[in-house]
Parts: sequence; C-alpha cells; structure tokens
Amino acid sequence: MPKEKMQIMVCGGTSCTGNHGEAIIDNLRLELEANALENDVRVVRSGCFGLCAIGPVVKIMPGDTIYTKVTPDDAKDIVSEHIMKGRKVERLLFKDNVAKKTLSTEKELASQKKQIRIVLRNCGVINPENIEDAIAHDGYEALARVLTTLKPQDVIRIIKDSGLRGRGGGGFSTGLKWEIAFKNKSPEKYVVCNADEGDPGAFMDRSVLEGDPHAVLEAMAICGYSIEADKGLIYIRAEYPLAVARLKTAIHQAREYGLLGKNIMGTGFNFDIEIRYGAGAFVCGEETALIHSMEGLRGEPTVKPPFPAESGFRGKPTNVNNVETFACISPIILRGAEWFASIGSEKSKGTKVFALAGKINNVGLIEVPMGITLREVIFEIGGGIRNGKKFKAAQTGGPSGGCLTEKHLDTPIDFDNLTAAGSMMGSGGLIVMDEDDCMVSVAKFFLEFTVEESCGKCAPCRVGNKRLHELLEHITKGKGTLADLDRLKNMSLVIKDTSLCGLGQSSPNPVLSTLTNFRDEYEAHVTTKKCPSGKCKDLMEYFIIEANCVGCTACARVCPVGAITGERKEPHLINPSICIKCGACMEKCKFDAIIIQ
Amino acid sequence: MKKVKSPEELKKLKTEALERLYGKDKIRVRVHMGTSGLASGAKEIYDFMRLELEKRSIDADVIGTGDMGYSFAEPTIEVKRPGEVPVVFGNVDKLRADAIIEKYIKNGEYVDGILPANYRSI
Repeated sequence: MPKEKMQIMVCGGTSCTGNHGEAIIDNLRLELEANALENDVRVVRSGCFGLCAIGPVVKIMPGDTIYTKVTPDDAKDIVSEHIMKGRKVERLLFKDNVAKKTLSTEKELASQKKQIRIVLRNCGVINPENIEDAIAHDGYEALARVLTTLKPQDVIRIIKDSGLRGRGGGGFSTGLKWEIAFKNKSPEKYVVCNADEGDPGAFMDRSVLEGDPHAVLEAMAICGYSIEADKGLIYIRAEYPLAVARLKTAIHQAREYGLLGKNIMGTGFNFDIEIRYGAGAFVCGEETALIHSMEGLRGEPTVKPPFPAESGFRGKPTNVNNVETFACISPIILRGAEWFASIGSEKSKGTKVFALAGKINNVGLIEVPMGITLREVIFEIGGGIRNGKKFKAAQTGGPSGGCLTEKHLDTPIDFDNLTAAGSMMGSGGLIVMDEDDCMVSVAKFFLEFTVEESCGKCAPCRVGNKRLHELLEHITKGKGTLADLDRLKNMSLVIKDTSLCGLGQSSPNPVLSTLTNFRDEYEAHVTTKKCPSGKCKDLMEYFIIEANCVGCTACARVCPVGAITGERKEPHLINPSICIKCGACMEKCKFDAIIIQ
Repeated sequence: MKKVKSPEELKKLKTEALERLYGKDKIRVRVHMGTSGLASGAKEIYDFMRLELEKRSIDADVIGTGDMGYSFAEPTIEVKRPGEVPVVFGNVDKLRADAIIEKYIKNGEYVDGILPANYRSI
C-alpha cells in the first residue's frame, strides 16, 4: 500500500447511476472488505463528471486516474491491481481513437467534456468586487490589445469573422451590427448593454453580472472604440439588486484604475459607463422600447427602421448588445476569430448559456457549444427528468419561443434549427416539462405572461393576445369546440403578422407550437372534455373506488369543504357539485381508493 | 489606488495580482455568492468558514465569488488544497462545512456532496 490514503470516487450522475453505479460502489466496498482495506480506502459517490458518454466513471485519488465504462465486475481488478499493487487497469482507461492516445487522468479527459465555459469563464472563480482578481484572469487585456494594436475596422472584422451572433434572442450578427453603427458617423454615439433579462426562467445575464461584471465593462469599452462612441449605458432591471451593486462597484473600481473614463491606459481613448434602471417590463428587452425607457419615456417600441444603429438613444447612433454577447468579446479578441468559429455549429458559432429549469434534476446554468442536442442537454448534463418521469417537452425562448418535443431530442440546438422547429433560441431559458404537464395550460401560462406584459401600443398584441388567452381559458374549462382550435391558429397568425414589435410578433408562438406538436391534447380538451395530464381542474372529477374504500373517514375529515360523506367502515362518496378539486383527499387516502377521472 | 497608465502597467498589475492570489500554494476556499447561492445560505457558510478556519488555526484564503451555475446544489464551495486540484462541494450546510474542514481540509479525506468539474474552461 502506498503511504498516502487512497480514495475512490464513483460518479453519482444520473447516467452513471443508471448503468449500475450503485452496484459498482457496493462491489468496490465488498472487495475492499475482502482484503481488509475498508478502513484505509474510502469509496464516495460524487456528482456528475460530465463524461456520461463514456461512463460509468470511477476516479482514484491520489493520481487523478479515471476509469471509464466500468462495470460492477471490474471492482475486483480495480482493487486488486490499482489499490493493492499500484498498477493501472489499462483496459478501463479511455482510448482516444482519433488522437491514438490513452487518456488516463481527469485533466487529460477534459477534452471529452460537453460543457465549455467561455461566457462563464470567471463566474465562481474571481471575486467580482475586486478588480485585481479580474485583471489576474485576463481582465482588460483584450481592451489593451485593441487600443494599442487594432483599428476600429480591424476589431469589427474580427468579431464578424468569429461568427458571433446576438445572444439576446434574434441571433443577428454582432460584427455586422457594430459595422452599421460604425458607418453612421456622428460626434455622439452610444453603446448600450441590454441587461433587461425578462424571460421567465432565464438568469444567465444576472449570473454573469454578479460573477464577472468586468467582462461586460471591458467588452463595452471595446465596442465603444470600434464604433467610435465614448459613452456606455447598462440598462438593468432594478429587481437584480445584487447585480446592480456589483456593477456599481466594478464601474467605480474601473474608473479608479483608469480603465474607464478619460485617456484609458494612456492611449487617449475615452469611454465611460453609466447604469440605467428598468422597472422590469418584458417589452423593454426590445431595443427600441429599451431606448425609450432610458430616455425617460414610456417603454414602448417604435417601428424599425430607423434602427438604433442609425437613430437610437437621443436620436444618436446606438449599438445595443446583450450581456452574454458582450461576455464573449474579450476571449474572441485574445484568442482570435478562428478559435471562436471552431466551436459550435456551421452557422451558429461559439457557446450558449442555458438556464435549465422546470422538471429537470440539475436546475441551473450550463454553457455548451452550439449544435449540441437537446438529449445531451437534458439527459446528460441536466441529469434527466425529475422523479424518473417521462420527458414531454422543453420550452426554449421563454414566452416568445415554442416547445421542442421528443422528436426534436436529437436535433442540434442552434439559432436556425430552433427557428425551423417552430421555436427560437431566445435568451436561453430552457423549461423542461414532463408527462404531468398539460400543454394547453402551458400555452395559457405563457400567454398570461404576454397579456400582462403587452405595452398596449398596437391593437393586435393588446387585444389579440387577450382574445387568445380567453379562448385557451375556454378550452381548459371544457367549453371549447374543434372550431376554436382553428380560430386559435388563425388569430395567432394574424397577431404575428400585424404586431409592431418582437413581443407581439412572437407571443402566439407557444400556442402555435403546442398546437402543432400536441394537437391530440387540444382535441381531447374540446371533444371528450378531458385533460390527458389531469391538470385542468374543470375537466376532472375526484372519484372513490368503492371496492378499495375501507371507510376510514380520513378523506372526509381532511376535505375542506365537506364534499365527502359516508358512514364509518362503509364506502364514502364525493359530491362533485361541492368538491373544489384540491386533491387533499387523494393525498390522504392510504388505500389508493381515490382517483381522478 | 493604482492608476493604470499604460498597457505595460496593466501587465505588471496582472503579474502582481496573480502572485497575490496564487503565488503561495495555500488552502483556498471559494464560496459562491451570487443570488442563487446567497438565497440558499452562502453568506452563513462564508462567515462560518472564515471564523472556523481562523479558530482552528488553519491558514487559508476565503473568497466570495459569483455562482457557478449549480443552482440545484447551492450553496456550493470550492476547496483547493496545496498541490491538488480544486474540489467543489454542493449542498453545504454548517454540518457539512464542518466535515469539510475536519476531514477534507485537514486530511484530504473526501466528504459527500462532491461536484466534479463537468466542463472545460478556456
């Protein structure tokens, strides 16, 4: 035995556990016991290594050795060879057939991991309240390089060549946007950072601003140099107090260090940044509405053209980019356009941060190269569906997007594929739904949000969405007809065609996409008046199976409205006209006598 | 306050900052304190680690950072022992934080809740 205590880590991710991970742990412990080593070598279960494709994974410390595709039978060899004799079990090491190499440590296997952190590179690494931490991690180095060695046109060309597309939703080429703003000459121009993250369930911008605010400040300065602007504005919702506080600190420190303000790093370039607060209106994520809000006007969109690049903030050329887009800029400058363009799919380059939410095990942020499949995101990185339920759909693009279903699981996720599938990238919120979710209710939920958030300026959006919502309400109450489904579709298309801004143009998307992908569910609601997922209260009835009921009276006692009657030790009965369908009785019943019909 | 007057000075500042942060290979604890982390009690863990490490006479840097994105396992902390790769622990409460100090920081023994890096960084 080597002197340093050995430890064995077994991946406890969903994929590895599903492939007999528990049996591997048991067998390892048994083997250790058989050799009287159980007190010397610990076996622990860890989180996911991100190596699901080559799992189950077992790691031995010290030495950082990773064994892949381990079976419970391999426990014997691992203990007798590696633990007792210090010899690696060659056949369990990962062989990279392309590079013709054996990768035996976690460090070497990093290339096999699905997630790449570019935007989130410093999140969780640096102290966001200390600018020197940021500088230690390459902060402001790209700005220095830009200011000393590149002309504005050069920077724009690099960004264009990198293939970076706007991460806020539309996916417009960032380099092209900068070029247009550059070409519109004016002594006064503005760089605006859109931090009005409004999609329900998306929080990547908040995390970047909280974890690495300097990345955004630096990129805004680079943008300012490229389009010849000397003023930057960050539009952020006041409901992000921590992000606001850290941004303020970061701006203050950057000014103190001479990295913002006059004559930055002695190069003669001036650029300063101010914060503008939003009140959290969804429509203010739309760039024209955002600009009006910053001007102190009502947050209402206006017709484009003129685009902000021609006439934006105070009528001056303005370039608006999203937080995540800005966070990509410095690495592109430092590592080159080719490097960035080498990551991702053909037309969507780089990585995308997704906020996983809903019925998924690993709720949180992930950053993956564009072109990854939904299956990899949900079942490998996301750890699968909660409580072992069946996957039904994933909503991307928030209330402006659509749902992806089982048939889309193997479609590479990028801007164009998502649009083709009737959804959109949006800001990267990914809400996962399981078999228990009613898709009509999901569409209704998102519409409720857009009805609330519609600014009211144009009729199709203001009135149309309200009518759409009423129709859905009708359907979930069991009052809909088949003709209503056609009406839903027609109205959705009219709203899309005639609305003024992106909010109205995309608000019917959840309806259209659920209608396309889950027409059977809509039909069940209107024809048989049943909700297949048992979510729509008006379409269900609680019912006691006489044969199972023992008359314990537990249900009658828990019922808040006294809808359940029956003698002791006799089958009980629910009165449907009193029942409020709260489900308390079903939870209480120990005999599975209460069902939903 | 150090005013950066030229790109060369930025380079110098970077070298100094790297030296200050990583020059001495000592125990380093990062507590992830973004909104998700703080909402799950990261501030308490941050205070606990600072206080307890000092009380138990362990020389360590404790740093507050943003979140890593592991919302499902907040609060999360990263611990680096000299000469070793950092290890991230999830679902850290005071009990687990105590075990991390006693077992992992002192003896290198793993405790439950390890979240291996499932990504590569640039």
